[in-house]
Amino acid sequence: MNDVLISARNLGKTFSSASGLLGRKGRDVRAVDGVSFDVHRRETVALVGESGCGKSTLGRLLLRLIEASEGEVHYMGKDLLKLSREQMRAMRKDLQFVFQDPYGSLSPRRTIFEIISEPLEVFSVGKTRSQRRERVAQLLDQVGLSPSFMDRQPRQFSGGQRQRIGIARAIALDPTFIVADEPVSSLDVSVQAQIVNLMQDLQEDKGFSFLFIAHDLSVVRHIADRVAVMYLGRIVEIGPKAMVYDTPHHPYTQALLSAVPEPDPDAKKTQIILEGDVPSPANVPPGCSFHTRCPIVQAVCRRDRPPLLDTGKGQMVACHFAEAHPLTKGEHADLAKTRLQAVGSTGAL
Amino acid sequence: MTTPLLRVEDLVVEFGPKSAPIRVLEKVNFEMMSGSSIGIVGESGSGKSMTSLAIMRLIPEPAGRVSGRIEFDGRNLLDLPKKEMPRIRGRDIAMIFQEPMSSLNPVMSIGDQIAEGIMLHESMPREKRREKAAELLRLVGMPDPMGRLDSFPHQFSGGMRQRVMIAMAIACNPRLLIADEPTTALDVTIQAQVLQLMKQVRKRLNSSILIISHDLGVIADIAEHVIVMYAGRVIETGDSRSIFRNPTHPYTRGLLDSVPRLKDDRKRLHQIPGSVPLAGMIRQGCPFYARCGLRMDKCQQQMPPMQSVNSTHNAACWVTAPPLDTPRLVVAGEMR
Repeated sequence: MNDVLISARNLGKTFSSASGLLGRKGRDVRAVDGVSFDVHRRETVALVGESGCGKSTLGRLLLRLIEASEGEVHYMGKDLLKLSREQMRAMRKDLQFVFQDPYGSLSPRRTIFEIISEPLEVFSVGKTRSQRRERVAQLLDQVGLSPSFMDRQPRQFSGGQRQRIGIARAIALDPTFIVADEPVSSLDVSVQAQIVNLMQDLQEDKGFSFLFIAHDLSVVRHIADRVAVMYLGRIVEIGPKAMVYDTPHHPYTQALLSAVPEPDPDAKKTQIILEGDVPSPANVPPGCSFHTRCPIVQAVCRRDRPPLLDTGKGQMVACHFAEAHPLTKGEHADLAKTRLQAVGSTGAL
Repeated sequence: MTTPLLRVEDLVVEFGPKSAPIRVLEKVNFEMMSGSSIGIVGESGSGKSMTSLAIMRLIPEPAGRVSGRIEFDGRNLLDLPKKEMPRIRGRDIAMIFQEPMSSLNPVMSIGDQIAEGIMLHESMPREKRREKAAELLRLVGMPDPMGRLDSFPHQFSGGMRQRVMIAMAIACNPRLLIADEPTTALDVTIQAQVLQLMKQVRKRLNSSILIISHDLGVIADIAEHVIVMYAGRVIETGDSRSIFRNPTHPYTRGLLDSVPRLKDDRKRLHQIPGSVPLAGMIRQGCPFYARCGLRMDKCQQQMPPMQSVNSTHNAACWVTAPPLDTPRLVVAGEMR
């Protein structure tokens, strides 16, 4: 797959906290730290990580919804970050965003027609109002809503329906790339599946590329071609879906996989329970940023930051250990278990 | 047969005018034995949180009207004078809420907050209370418990705040612990820690846990018995293994099928059409009628009664769990 659509190179973002009330200089928050990856044409990349890992910031940086501190985003032979406002505005037609909160992201005072037709107007798609109404009706139909809803307001819709409206707006201009930031996280389980299936169908039909941001690995199992796992601003593992799920190399990926509770009381698995909390991105540990919670930590991890290296099959991992000993899932879990036992069980009980 | 610790009988909660009430709970029935763990699973509006609030008698009156029986240790809580309830809350029944930040007092140190609960139910000198608070924090895996007593909630992470909540809840060794979506606001790796902690606490204190969650994975992890709710009604109950192995109500089946799982290579997720109805919107018949793939005319008119599937497992469905005196239908195109 050499057909790269959009690629990030050394993309980084530091939020500098302004001086506080008493004139104290706040700590800079390193939200995204030197991230490089590609999204190919017609591909879905899932970006997974816990709160504060920088996944949403990364998604926004790619579309320049917030400005990067450094790095490049290549799209159609151009560096998006170097474009002028005018040039960037023209690019927005191709690059769309679906937000997490279907309640907060739709203007409550406008009708569904106004919400979905806004991008059409901005880019002068459809010359007359009736042409735009026709297009909106078509879009509503594509996302599984009745075109008769066009003149209603968002409050008349459920969460799942609102997310469909958000998706209709995002696909209105036939974009080539859509970033969806936790699009199903706030929906009921039985409705989540509808939205995941809808996005999968639309992508197959229209062929856009997709960055799907999620906070755990179960949701993206069905939709991703490749999976990237983030921890404290960096990608710690990225690779084809089957490899990341079947032979996860990074101990954090393994812990994330093992932490998902399965709806099966007999699911016997070697559960790796990480100790401690995710450190604050304002205070990232030196060396490998995962070393404070890693069950297989070594001295070198506290000192040197491991680079993201290819294991040889398109799976890339940033771990001193995984690179030297490409373990299978079972071996890694066993190792983690013995280490855990060595340091005593978690908690005081 | 011993008496159950908790017995909920025909619990009904209504809001709105008496002439046109909105029933958010419709005749909820279940029993809980001492030392057991029960999980209530349902989506938004299913009435699962309302059930727990009703048990604690925390539904605001007179806006909400509660009827039926809630027997705790043989006493009907609904018959107790209002001023008796605070003595039961915290000591006999304790609750853990979903959002630890909004359930903790932001301007009170956590040591004082834990000690306050102890003070209300047990008399002991101030120093002893502090020691007990530190002991509880140690129990829930808080590093440096003595040193953290004077910290305030904002100085803790979400997972640590939930540990503080658990410490407060178990302060008086309650016999029943109600946990309403205790891990929903937490990251998955932190959720795993908190679930493990709750299992350890339960084992150690031998208390009963009523856990409420929308997440079938969380329920499977911690509960021995499961109650499935939909639109204010209990539609299936049973032993956890039986519910997850042999879900009988079409809603339970659909819900289990629509959960994304780590180990499966289905190309598509199963989806239940339509959206979750609000409690109180269903006035007649089976609440799942509009979304059900197996529905028949009867379902629209009459709410099916609970029928036994096996000795521990009941479901309310005319099609998949018909009353014994009617011939079982052969269901074409089963959902699973």
